[in-house]
Amino acid sequence: MSDIEQIPVTMTVNGKKVQRFVEARTLLIHFLREDLNLTGPHIGCETSHCGACTVELNGMSVKSCTMFAVQADGAELTTIEGMANADGTLSALQEGFRQMHGLQCGFCTPGMILRAHTLLKENPNPTEEEIRMGISGNLCRCTGYQNIVKAIQYAAAKLNGTEFQEAAE
Amino acid sequence: MNDMTPTREQREAALEGMGCKRKRVEDIRFTQGKGQYVDDLKLPGMVFGDFVRSPYAHAKITRIDASEALKLPGVIAVLTAEDLKGVNLAWMPTLAGDVQMVLADGKVLYQNQEVAFVVAENRYIADDAIQLVEVEYEELPVLTDPFKSMDADAPVLRPDLDGKMEGAHGPRKHHNHIFTWEVGDREETDKAFSEADVTIKELISYHRTHPSPLETCQCVASMDKIKGELTVWGTFQAPHVIRTVASLLSTIPEQKIHVIAPDIGGGFGNKVGAYPGYICAIVASIVTGVPVKWVEDRMENLSTTSFARDYHMTAEIAAKNDGTVTGLKVHVLADHGGFDACADPSKWPAGFFNIVTGSYDFPAAHLEVDGVYTNKAPGGVAYRCSFRVTEAAYCIERAMDILAQKLDMDPADLRMKNFVKAEQFPYHSALGWEYDSGDYHTAMQKAMDTIGYRELRAEQKAKQEAFKRGETREIMGIGVSFFTEIVGAGPSKNCDILGVAMFDSAEIRVHPTGSVISRMGTKSQGQGHETTWAQIIATEIGIPAADIMVEEGNTDTAPYGLGTYGSRSTPVAGAAIALASRKIRNKAQMIAAHMLEVSEYDLEWDVDGFQVKGNPQARKSMKEIAWAAYHAPPPGMEPGLEAVSYYDPPNMTYPFGAYLCVMDIDVDTGVAKTRRFYALDDCGTRINPMIIEGQVHGGLTEAFAIAMGQEIRYDEMGNVLGASFMDFFLPTAVETPHWETDFTVTPSPHHPIGAKGVGESPNVGGVPAFSNAVNDAFKFLGSTHIQMPHDAWRIWQAAKELGAHG
Repeated sequence: MSDIEQIPVTMTVNGKKVQRFVEARTLLIHFLREDLNLTGPHIGCETSHCGACTVELNGMSVKSCTMFAVQADGAELTTIEGMANADGTLSALQEGFRQMHGLQCGFCTPGMILRAHTLLKENPNPTEEEIRMGISGNLCRCTGYQNIVKAIQYAAAKLNGTEFQEAAE
Repeated sequence: MNDMTPTREQREAALEGMGCKRKRVEDIRFTQGKGQYVDDLKLPGMVFGDFVRSPYAHAKITRIDASEALKLPGVIAVLTAEDLKGVNLAWMPTLAGDVQMVLADGKVLYQNQEVAFVVAENRYIADDAIQLVEVEYEELPVLTDPFKSMDADAPVLRPDLDGKMEGAHGPRKHHNHIFTWEVGDREETDKAFSEADVTIKELISYHRTHPSPLETCQCVASMDKIKGELTVWGTFQAPHVIRTVASLLSTIPEQKIHVIAPDIGGGFGNKVGAYPGYICAIVASIVTGVPVKWVEDRMENLSTTSFARDYHMTAEIAAKNDGTVTGLKVHVLADHGGFDACADPSKWPAGFFNIVTGSYDFPAAHLEVDGVYTNKAPGGVAYRCSFRVTEAAYCIERAMDILAQKLDMDPADLRMKNFVKAEQFPYHSALGWEYDSGDYHTAMQKAMDTIGYRELRAEQKAKQEAFKRGETREIMGIGVSFFTEIVGAGPSKNCDILGVAMFDSAEIRVHPTGSVISRMGTKSQGQGHETTWAQIIATEIGIPAADIMVEEGNTDTAPYGLGTYGSRSTPVAGAAIALASRKIRNKAQMIAAHMLEVSEYDLEWDVDGFQVKGNPQARKSMKEIAWAAYHAPPPGMEPGLEAVSYYDPPNMTYPFGAYLCVMDIDVDTGVAKTRRFYALDDCGTRINPMIIEGQVHGGLTEAFAIAMGQEIRYDEMGNVLGASFMDFFLPTAVETPHWETDFTVTPSPHHPIGAKGVGESPNVGGVPAFSNAVNDAFKFLGSTHIQMPHDAWRIWQAAKELGAHG
């Protein structure tokens, strides 16, 4: 192994405190995937365009491929692995993606759900236009987004306790 | 019957069989981040490989010095072509009958070509080491324009082919020429043109682009030297073919190679071929004795593994004054890059481009394709289309619009006039195909009625008048596209890959408790096979889809198949699934007869079991029959309940559709806004309408991207422009239009369940719909054809050239 300096980092990931030593240049996405074995967040571009690596960091959506692990020292993170309900059932967003066929290959899905999760905290009742703008940092190559929009609307309705009205085709 | 007995309808619904909008089983793991993709794999002792790549598009390599790199702690090896020569792997065969360098052997032919393979303890050290490998290049003249590739003084790109004037597909006429492929009757076609009232001729280019799945190409190779066994996990759309190729190249016996395609993050044709990364990872694992992971980054993906299109098509149509078409002539200049690594069935150097007569009854046609080398990346994959079918559809759909313009006819009316009629099926096209089924007039009429086509034309006319009067700066285009695809490769009589016939397969095993494990030779990359294959089986053998597990991608357990691309899964493997299911049902019938003590001919199938004709109370469910198959089979019958089917299709399938696009364009900014997009698809029998609709949405989004801006461009030096998501257009949710989907159902007469395949139709039909909309908007200003892609800058330029800016 190389003799590059190892720096201690501490963070809370999906409610659990973790401590590790990392190289200063270690990207947060590699730290999550390789040090913590959280392989839900994916790498699609490494240039912060595609959003497959999106996680929530201190309440904000972050593309973990363009942030160093050391920059997340002391932070609270949520990844897709922390999204299911406490009893193990699918959360409203996860259920919405399945019910509305909001995913196909599944590669963008963890990032897309995490972005939607933060979006719905920022704006619990978004319009279609606000959803489309809100997820525009996340690329999907399979779905054409239409069903992702519906999935987020489904989740918003469920979280707001209202009836989901699927828009007429 | 008591009240608790489920009705026939309830039993049917419980199956979640064909036609049901069944929710996907894959989503349970994908929505929780528990998909298992290649890069998620972590093996003890695993190391990483990465490439040193050429900054030049055409250069000699005079020296490679890896000594500094090897001094870096954590670097394990640096492989070059010289090392690969030791195992006879410096070059590899391509699917198109050419050979391709695995690592640069004395020269490079395109920018970012693989020069050396660095193996290190982790990906960071591998990246560091790449910077330390010294390579000396001597630049050579660069050829990027395919129209200049066969000039007398064009640089020689492939000295390895020096003097070899016979290629894999016939004679070569120049040192940069790969093949000429000719189909049709030249004489008849010339005659049609000499007798025509009207002819049109246009160069229609379909630019170079890239499939760009969100997950790049990647693999992990692990050689167990003690057992002599090689395991390769990879992003393989065709894992069985990869295993056969790996065995042929490495001489490791095929049973000792385990190829596993885990979950795949989209393919779209990018993951069909074999790439230098796979070969190098395998060799590196053989050399080092530890598992080696290779993962492309996005720039490598866009600039090296498998471009698509780059077809320059000169189309000519002969017609009568009333619009009846009488002849079609097409010449294609096909830019294949530095090596011919086109992923087509082996005998088809230009894929199924001879579907270029489209949906129209051309009495005569002639096609000639010339493939040439340039200093660009190799590939030529079918980016979400059957082999070169999207190029063909674009060519004919654009040409029909140009003919309509010349005749001053409405483009929809011209199409209606020339469609192959429903009663003409099976229809033999002038370029050699037998279309299985279709009802084009009904589909087109439904599309026009639904969208209000005539009203839109009236609105367009009013807008054009207003534009001429200077009252608006916005113009309106209506894109008409009616495509016929050819998918489901394919019949062994004309389709093979490296000699392996393009059948596909299914193996279905019913367990004693009436649950099922099934395996296929295909491999889903997002298509949802785990969901839909179970639906076919559920309907065929009456076991609920929820009790049926579908497994693909492990070559040790799955029956041999040719994989998933070219919309072949449903036409080929889907048929194998139905036929394997029917073998099970036939055996089940004999077991049921024994259980009910009647003749098997006295039984009839009813949803989920067999019942005695005329006495439906005397019945045995498949669940009961399954138990009996293992517990008390009829005397003399083998126990167990399983079947395998290898299906060699008798013909291709021919899905079709009518797409209409309404677009508003601001001539001062070049911004084009899609107001409506209506897609009517006819893919025959529909297995899962939810998944079909999802496939159509996704394919249309890719079509939108390609038509409206997505391009891999090169400058004169051969520098690849647009090889990152900064420049390569992938639409976000903001730009992507809203999709309206519709359907008709014309089953395939030769497919066991009548299904035709759908995944690629929206890409094939969508691109011409968008491009025709842009072209339609500008034609009243005197334009005949504007080349794709239609990004705002190019549209603005076109508007300027047409005098729209005043």
